[in-house]
Amino acid sequence: MVKSRRDFIKISALGTTGVAVGGKLLFANNNKQTKVVPKGPFKLPSDFSRTPTYCEVCFWKCAGWIYKNDKGEVQKIIGNDDDPNSNGRFCPRGTGGVGMYYDEDRLKTPLIRVTDKYGNQTFEKASWEEALGLISKRLQKVIDVHGSECIALFTHGSGGKYFGNLVKSLGSHNIAAPSYAQCRGPREVGFIATFGDGLSSPEPTDIRDTRCLVLIGSHIGENMHNGQVQEMSEAIDKGATIITVDPRFSTAASKSKFWLPIKPATDMALLLAWMNVIIEEDLYDRKYVEKYTYGFGQLKAHVKSMTPEWAYGITTIKPDVIRATAREMAHASPAVIVHPGRHVTWYGDDTQRLRAVAMLNALLGSWGRRGGFYIPDKAKVPGVPHPPYAKPTRTWRDAMKGKYELADLALANGVCDATIPDASLGCSIKAWIVNGTNLVTTLPETEKTIAAIKSLEFIAVIDTMPMEITGYADVVLPECTYIERYDSLRVTQHREPTITLRMPAVEPKYDSKPAWWMAKQLANKMGKGDYFPFDSIEEELDWQLKEVGSSLEEMQRIGVKNLKRPYDDLYFKDDEDIEFNTNTGKIELYSTSLEEYGFDPMPKYTAHPEPPEGYYRLIYGRAPMHTFSRTANNPNLTDLMHENVVWVNPKVAKEWGFVNNQEIYLQNQDGAIATFPIKIRVTERIRWDSVYMVHGFGHANRKLSRAYGKGASDSELITKVMMDPIMGGTGMRGNFVTFLTSKPVKEEAKS
Amino acid sequence: MREELFVSGRSNPLIDPHLEIWEWQIPAYLFLGGLAAGILFFAGLFYLRGKEEKFSTAVRVAPVFVPVLLAIGLLFLFLDLKHKLYFWRLYTSFSIESPTSWGAWTLLLIMPLSMIWAALNIESVFPRWDWKFQWAKDIIEFFKKYKTEMAWGLVVLSIILGIYTGILLSAFNARPLWNTSILGPLFLTSGLSTGAAFIVLFSRSKAERHSMGQIDLMLITIEIALIIHMFMGFQASTQVQIEAAKMFLGGQFTATFWVFVFSLGLVIPALLEILEAKGKKVPYYIAPALVLFGGLLFRFIMVHAGQLSRWLY
Amino acid sequence: MRYAMAIDTKKCVGCSDCVVACQTENLVPHGYARDWIVEVTDGTYPQLELEYRSERCNHCDNAPCVRCCPTGASFISEGGIVKVEHDKCIGCGACITACPYDARFVHPEGYVDKCTFCDHRLEQGQDPACVAVCPTKCLYFGDMDDPNSEVSLVVKKRKFKTLIPEAGTEPQLYFLI
Repeated sequence: MVKSRRDFIKISALGTTGVAVGGKLLFANNNKQTKVVPKGPFKLPSDFSRTPTYCEVCFWKCAGWIYKNDKGEVQKIIGNDDDPNSNGRFCPRGTGGVGMYYDEDRLKTPLIRVTDKYGNQTFEKASWEEALGLISKRLQKVIDVHGSECIALFTHGSGGKYFGNLVKSLGSHNIAAPSYAQCRGPREVGFIATFGDGLSSPEPTDIRDTRCLVLIGSHIGENMHNGQVQEMSEAIDKGATIITVDPRFSTAASKSKFWLPIKPATDMALLLAWMNVIIEEDLYDRKYVEKYTYGFGQLKAHVKSMTPEWAYGITTIKPDVIRATAREMAHASPAVIVHPGRHVTWYGDDTQRLRAVAMLNALLGSWGRRGGFYIPDKAKVPGVPHPPYAKPTRTWRDAMKGKYELADLALANGVCDATIPDASLGCSIKAWIVNGTNLVTTLPETEKTIAAIKSLEFIAVIDTMPMEITGYADVVLPECTYIERYDSLRVTQHREPTITLRMPAVEPKYDSKPAWWMAKQLANKMGKGDYFPFDSIEEELDWQLKEVGSSLEEMQRIGVKNLKRPYDDLYFKDDEDIEFNTNTGKIELYSTSLEEYGFDPMPKYTAHPEPPEGYYRLIYGRAPMHTFSRTANNPNLTDLMHENVVWVNPKVAKEWGFVNNQEIYLQNQDGAIATFPIKIRVTERIRWDSVYMVHGFGHANRKLSRAYGKGASDSELITKVMMDPIMGGTGMRGNFVTFLTSKPVKEEAKS
Repeated sequence: MREELFVSGRSNPLIDPHLEIWEWQIPAYLFLGGLAAGILFFAGLFYLRGKEEKFSTAVRVAPVFVPVLLAIGLLFLFLDLKHKLYFWRLYTSFSIESPTSWGAWTLLLIMPLSMIWAALNIESVFPRWDWKFQWAKDIIEFFKKYKTEMAWGLVVLSIILGIYTGILLSAFNARPLWNTSILGPLFLTSGLSTGAAFIVLFSRSKAERHSMGQIDLMLITIEIALIIHMFMGFQASTQVQIEAAKMFLGGQFTATFWVFVFSLGLVIPALLEILEAKGKKVPYYIAPALVLFGGLLFRFIMVHAGQLSRWLY
Repeated sequence: MRYAMAIDTKKCVGCSDCVVACQTENLVPHGYARDWIVEVTDGTYPQLELEYRSERCNHCDNAPCVRCCPTGASFISEGGIVKVEHDKCIGCGACITACPYDARFVHPEGYVDKCTFCDHRLEQGQDPACVAVCPTKCLYFGDMDDPNSEVSLVVKKRKFKTLIPEAGTEPQLYFLI
């Protein structure tokens, strides 16, 4: 198949029809789409001085109110007091969410890739009719030639539901989010293998009532998982013990009674040694273990040799500290949480490590107990009625050749892999729809992602911002921000089931549109209109809300509705008989399902590669003011933090002769060099064998005027991925970097 | 290792990473104010002591330039204001604790007084000056009757003005370098010294030059003593003031201060005055020129360095 | 009435929510801030201590900025809140220089601007924006003259420090340590 190479186009390289006036693009005047006018007697955004919403800056989705000033302009966002996720207090990113709306770099109009007679590719502004027409035509062609299974959707945002509906109506189930295999997937699988239940989001950690919180590489306070940050603070007030395991002196570490500055990549040894102490010293919750767990005897035998002394040699954590912390946990049991963390794709044995975390919790009897893990509830809101989806004959899993069968959700990198043509596969994926995720920086192994994109026949990108991924698109659709749109109801788990409404505070800026509208238009054009049975989203939401005894009118007034738990079952009752969703019906300390699939039924410690001389382990993480690259150009949030820096221990700095704020380039073990330089921060807060940087910076698209070239991208340095054999997670902490003090000469320039 | 950094929120222009709210305007204004104060002080003093003839440059010639110097100074002060259209608010209140307010009101009094004094003596600079109008001449005649009272006013107000240029800085205890009561007398002495130097530059009488030179020598000696005293004070004070003094004792301002301000602006002129007193032939304008240059640089350095000095917390 | 704030450094995570909440509440222009976060690390790996402080104007009892203001634009308002009357401010910079905490700045419109303890919110019975938004609830605000106010109680109960007490400003931000 000879196809023109898909060049990266900067959104700034608009075709001749792109008229730039004063730095701002004019509205496309050929837009013939008529505005969607709601049928019902629904109130308009302009009828309110404050409108309910739930935040789209991160996945926590806190509910709040958008306040407008006297002129009807968006001014601020404040949490909704009735929202269990935020308790009326937004985090900095949510508070700064207004910046997403005001960002003048937003995508403003649909864009179509065109090639001129000289072969130059540029984007040309298009009307919605043209853009949507082209997408439906191209998708139809893929369906006709290759089959509907060859379409895939990548999504990380609220609009995903509607595009998901569209893709499924077309007959494909290749729907992936990078939040799974690049983030929390191993945790879900590890907990499902143990308790028969995953954790989902927000995690049902009962931090506010805990007496001991154990964090392993989880940096609450730097990750602003709002409810958890709030509850950790409450726990501090109540005098709870915090134990933090981290090679970096994280914010959480500074609040901890015990900070275990572990040697990176050795966490498994510590977890096994803790289990050893808890079992050998008879500290476990005997009644709970006897009643609910399976395989205690095997576990006891398994960890017998894994003493604190054994772990000391591996982790560099002193045996008495391992014992003291194990006793501290047991003392607090069952009000103890060994926190599962969230981004856990580190070393490829992550499912097993999270199994160890789950097992430790089981020994301490914290699952289903006050101060441990509560049992979440979720509102049951009926979906929109639609014809049944066609069952696809093939999915991305076929490209995996039987690997990663335990993945409970689609792997974004798996779908990406399934795109790269392979003779052994009947079909590879030919068309992508990408909504709200900057795959180029989100997936590891950037080169592979770009190779996959280049082998596609068609790619449509829907985003609010000109992220790097838009440069690879055939069609770019400008989505309006969450401040300007309705979305599906938020129905997330928590202690109490709630439903939450997001409605627009104002009309969309520029020529942007909501995802719901785009997906419905595409469905109509492709003959799948039945799957979007309502004329407007207001009607759809009103119908759904009336099914659960509310209405759009009520939700516009209150934003969040608490539906109350039907039963008093937040925690297990004493001696309650419980059937766990595992093969044995018990909490599996010895996993029969892992055994069945040929994996270790109990976790083992394996040594991981260590940095070679002159190299340092690349540890990346979060800053409380940003959500990866999503916020990198937000004017309110760049005001708080506009670039990342690389943390270097003073010993290392001395060795290299580095001073604070010195700019250097980072190069990894495979010779990959980050495009932009990064400033050194000399700090005692990082171990001498590692460096640390915040993820989400170093953007290469000039159209992101505030983010361009600010700091460096860790993704560019993650070329080695340690795949999790169980569920296909992409372990990314096995990369090592060194410093280049002068600007590297590009290899490509020579050839 | 102690590491102290701003996580966020502090990149306020003119404040961060260090204070630079006052640029060239304020030191230039302080210099001109001190110079004007020095000239007016000597004018008033010698007039009151009946030495108008011997010190005719001091009493008659130099003061004619003062309104111009003050006007330029006030212009600089105005240029420094960030909310310029509201400058008149200075004169809708008087804040007894505010040096700025004191300065504003002192200038309001000293400016017309210096203008009248200049008008009375304008012929000594422009011999063919003609007031043209009879009413102007009448006014001049009227003021001539009150010269003594005016001279007293000049002496008192010029001392206030001279001290004010120092107190303006030393009132800010937030800036450790300025937080010393020596700054008032030091700036007054420096102002008088530059005033004396200015008079020497314009004097055609050798006797006046000689006497003014001797006065300047005395002032320079006092100034040197005050500067040494100031640094000794810093060294014996709190950590923050030791840190502040470090900028001059090994830090970034060491060379500029000790070479240009201290040596070229004080010690060398003093030596030249001594040589001249001993009858050695030295061009008379070198010493006063150096004093004026040193005085100007001194104020620039003090204003700039003071803004760099801060409390550690 | 004596408004004051206590900041629990044991709970603050330095997230900067107070900074952005202040900016959106008070329409502080981009690039400027009325409050800010300081991070202090002491020690050598792995014996370390870390302190986060959410700082702003200390609304000093003995406010040098008010004393040095030549026009009376800087004044002490009800409850001890140090404020600036924009129409009286000439932008001379004296108050900025006088503040040992560097809490004041020149607004792009020329006048000097600073934290007001959100007195417009206090009038409506609300807490300042930074206090109301803080996810860790590490900010306590109230009347120090009322012995039963939250801020009085927490300052009584806990060890605290103030910033640069030796400057004699009698600051009204209490950092709980």
